[in-house]
Amino acid sequence: MDRDDRSNTGAWQGPKLSVDLAGVRLQNPLVLASGIWGSAAGTLARAGRAGAGAVTAKSCSIEPRRGHPNPTVLQWGHGLINAVGLSNPGAEEECRELQAAKEQLGGTGVALIASVFGETPEAFAQAVLALLPASVDLVEVNISCPNVAAELGRPFALDPGPAASVTEAVRSVYSGPLLVKLSPNAPEIAQVARSVVEAGADGLTVGNTLGPGMIIDLEARRPVLSNRVGGVSGPAIRPIAVRCVYEVAAAVDVPIVGTGGVRTGADAMEMIMAGATAVGIGSALEDEGEEVFGRITRELDQLMRQLGIKSLDEIRGCAHV
Amino acid sequence: MCSDVYTVYRVVSRRQESEGGASLVLDGSLRADPGQFVMVWLPGIEERPLAVMNDRPLSLTIRDVGPFTHAMCRLQEGDRVWVRGPYGHGFDVRSRRMLLVGGGSGIASLTLLASRSLDEGREVRVALGARTSSQLMLGWRFDELGIPVLYATDDGTVGARGTTVDAIEPLLRAGWPDAVYACGPEPMMIALGRRLRGTDLPLYLSFERTMKCGFGVCGNCHLGDQLVCRDGPVFEGEKVLRVLDPLAE
Ligand SMILES: Cc1cc2nc3c(=O)[nH]c(=O)nc-3n(C[C@H](O)[C@H](O)[C@H](O)COP(=O)(O)OP(=O)(O)OC[C@H]3O[C@@H](n4cnc5c(N)ncnc54)[C@H](O)[C@@H]3O)c2cc1C
Ligand SMILES: Cc1cc2nc3c(=O)[nH]c(=O)nc-3n(C[C@H](O)[C@H](O)[C@H](O)COP(=O)(O)O)c2cc1C
Ligand code: FES
Repeated sequence: MDRDDRSNTGAWQGPKLSVDLAGVRLQNPLVLASGIWGSAAGTLARAGRAGAGAVTAKSCSIEPRRGHPNPTVLQWGHGLINAVGLSNPGAEEECRELQAAKEQLGGTGVALIASVFGETPEAFAQAVLALLPASVDLVEVNISCPNVAAELGRPFALDPGPAASVTEAVRSVYSGPLLVKLSPNAPEIAQVARSVVEAGADGLTVGNTLGPGMIIDLEARRPVLSNRVGGVSGPAIRPIAVRCVYEVAAAVDVPIVGTGGVRTGADAMEMIMAGATAVGIGSALEDEGEEVFGRITRELDQLMRQLGIKSLDEIRGCAHV
Repeated sequence: MCSDVYTVYRVVSRRQESEGGASLVLDGSLRADPGQFVMVWLPGIEERPLAVMNDRPLSLTIRDVGPFTHAMCRLQEGDRVWVRGPYGHGFDVRSRRMLLVGGGSGIASLTLLASRSLDEGREVRVALGARTSSQLMLGWRFDELGIPVLYATDDGTVGARGTTVDAIEPLLRAGWPDAVYACGPEPMMIALGRRLRGTDLPLYLSFERTMKCGFGVCGNCHLGDQLVCRDGPVFEGEKVLRVLDPLAE
């Protein structure tokens, strides 16, 4: 048993939920996924105070981007579809928000993760450089957004070579903990994972939205999203996200943030059994907001007690049979 | 329901609303609390938040300020609109004598509050403001409900010259309201907050921010640590004015 699990008297304190994500200690494995609740210091800090182990800001680029016109984010019955189009205020403004978020999170022990994207590997690196003054705990590199293909081209995350080029470019300017966010759309996600880890990633977020998908309105006789297509998230994609985490965990030896459709403690435990160290929570905020973090943590704790699991380390990747 | 997302309504009647505005009555109802809003899509144009001006039948009031609102104002009988919602938290109504203060298109957030409150046996008075008389909206709706309206215009073309905050001064002095409910331009709401600071009158304010999802996911509508679409659009005055008013403590 870990030292964490004992009080001074040596009595068992209950299951150990804290995890180590690429050298950063999280009080619990739940991570607010990028793009949920934006990048405002106030909302990020609120998610943190409500019990997230870490919070991820929305992906930002060097220059501001407006994103796509509405409709951009819709509930369709089994999750969400979105084509926000990576709208963001640009790295300079983002850096100020992250600094403020860091301040507001001071003393809570909640880790802050920045997220960046760009059109070229160099643009990714520049965005990371612009955010350095915020001294975030981890940087996540988003190479996997599926709904900006028209402007940004084929996502880097689909192929091992381009994915590694971005990772290398960022690694050359940033020595802190680095996550790369993969795409469930990659035909060979394990190969992409291997090349990204070889290029210097300390951990992987697996993964982004699936798709793109499309919703057509029968009366309007046209796709609902102004971008026509968008990334699919929520319960509909969970089994695919779990399989992706499973394949990636078998291929590489770095921590994984298992992300896609998680809504309950059981879903989170499933991700961890597939090999995840931490678990991303995104679309699940649609119903309950930040209370989702406390609820999933309680459910996970309860399940661990029921199943006699003392620490998440005990079950990580145990489904690899 | 013609997709997994929207309910389609047809315009049953249209009313010109001062210069550059319109009220639309639609061909169905939508259960909503006063102060809630809907996301309205015009295919090929845009999707934007609009207040539920009335819920049975669903009615909307629009001020023409840009591409979407312009297209809405040009809709005619029989034209269709795509609606999702309602979203957000509306007005918390506990008081007996309610003073409503509205400006611009924000007035549309107050009409359902007024009619619902009258049904519940509360007393309602309203102050409506605009820059000039031709920009005043929805006065007719309060007349229909038999609610006394105080008007204020910057140029004095209708009612008192000045702001709604000036116009309600006599009612405040007389100690008439138990609570104040407002929706309008932010400078108006900030001024109202300052006037009421130090009194123990509860103040509820309805805010606007640009929205993408409307249901608390994208973060686009944040106001401090609050999400206008989910935690609002109606907030307790003090809670938001702390963030917005540079003079608040
Ligand atoms: C919860 C909520 C309820 C709303 N209810 C209503 C309603 O019932 N009726 C209504 O007409 N509007 C309402 N609005 C405002 C409405 O959504 C905006 O006016 C609309 O999005 C403008 O879209 P557009 O494409 O016409 O103009 P845009 O191109 O988006 O804007 C055109 C110009 O008008 C300015 N502008 C935008 N919004 C406003 C505004 N509210 N007041 C003044 N100037 C503005 C912009 O800054 C821009 O310069 C509501 C907003 C929210 C958040
Ligand atoms: C509205 C919305 C915006 C998103 N924006 C981003 C983004 O900016 N960067 C990113 O890496 N992922 C973004 N995502 C993807 C999420 O971070 C997450 O990977 C995905 O939604 C799957 O998890 P979920 O099913 O828990 O939502 C976004 C998702 C949604 C729903
Ligand atoms: S509009 Fe998306 S969170 Fe409010």
